[in-house]
Amino acid sequence: MEKDKFDDLEVMDLPTDEESDPGFTEWRKDEKTLLNMGLPEEERDWFCDARPQVHKKSPKIIEDFLNWARAESLWILAFGTGCGAIELRPLLTARYDISRLGMAPRPTPRQANLFMIGGYVSIKTLKRIVRSYEQMQGPKFVVAVCSCAINGGMYWDSYNTVKRIDEYIPVDVYITGCMPRPEAVLAGFDRLKQLIRAGKAEGQNLYAQNFDYYKANQKRIIKDWNMPDYNW
Amino acid sequence: MKQLYEMLCTQYHVYDFEQRQDRLAFVSIPSEQLVSLLTCLRDIYGFSHLALMTCVDWLEESRFQLTYILRNHDGHRELVIKSFIDREHAVADSIHHLWQHARVYQRELHEMFGLSFPGSPGMTEPMILEGWQGPPPMRRDFDTLRYCEDNYSNRDRTHSEPEAHMKATMYPED
Repeated sequence: MEKDKFDDLEVMDLPTDEESDPGFTEWRKDEKTLLNMGLPEEERDWFCDARPQVHKKSPKIIEDFLNWARAESLWILAFGTGCGAIELRPLLTARYDISRLGMAPRPTPRQANLFMIGGYVSIKTLKRIVRSYEQMQGPKFVVAVCSCAINGGMYWDSYNTVKRIDEYIPVDVYITGCMPRPEAVLAGFDRLKQLIRAGKAEGQNLYAQNFDYYKANQKRIIKDWNMPDYNW
Repeated sequence: MKQLYEMLCTQYHVYDFEQRQDRLAFVSIPSEQLVSLLTCLRDIYGFSHLALMTCVDWLEESRFQLTYILRNHDGHRELVIKSFIDREHAVADSIHHLWQHARVYQRELHEMFGLSFPGSPGMTEPMILEGWQGPPPMRRDFDTLRYCEDNYSNRDRTHSEPEAHMKATMYPED
């Protein structure tokens, strides 16, 4: 359930950004500027062209307090990507009642900090997932539910379903099952809270650090990239 | 239904009548007469509902079978019209002027089977497969597994029997 690569945040081998044009004329652009080449010419200035930054850690005692606060207020983005989202409904009812864990569903990415990938992810959904994930305010966490999000599950030979979601966005906790019971989902959320308190749920920093790796993977799959390179 | 078929026989080259149930029958028709037959069935014989429009890929016979399921709500009867078009030249007549929702079916068939319906509005817009660049995926000569292996990467698998795994992790002392 736990991903053990958070212990050391190493920068992976970054693929070279073939789109970057070295001959920048505008004074404010450099080789780190996002070019938003997928957008039409007149829309490129509408979006921010800065990269996501790695969040710097506070002193330990403050960071521990912040991590405690983060772990106790996980707001879920109500974006049901697959059948796994069905398991959220019983969690909201009186029987399981995740509001006692400080969790609540929120309607927009701006208000949420926990993204629950509920099952299979098709290419069309992946575009929306990437945009929603980038729009979420940090610190943000991702929980992948069901076997489809882990290794493809029953869609292992499907032509339009990605097999592992962690190549495209960083995932903190996986919950296996097809479907997992609400108890399993609760256990996964509990595990996520432990990781946050230990300061190991660093998905957002991983994304900022390995931005080129994730972006290259996303662009390899999404053939019609018509969105900004990073959706602030 | 047999009576209906005999009446249709006087006007159209319908063939292969097959009565599957009391109120369900299949007929085939050459593709030139298809729109004419559908118009006639809708306006004269009361088959006012296009319940389904789909396609079957007969790879061995090198042809596509277009299937239209029509329903007569007054008589509670269903008639399935089959029409065959060439697989190499996959162009069929559009029926969006008869039923508005046929344009959605035709858009889907264009995307999934690569059929073309000239005149159907919005047919070439992507519906499910945004940015698809490969061959139409529902054609039977499309190799799904190979496409999947070329595009999506596998996770390295580890197998563990549930019983042994749970015993090892939860009750190691037993």
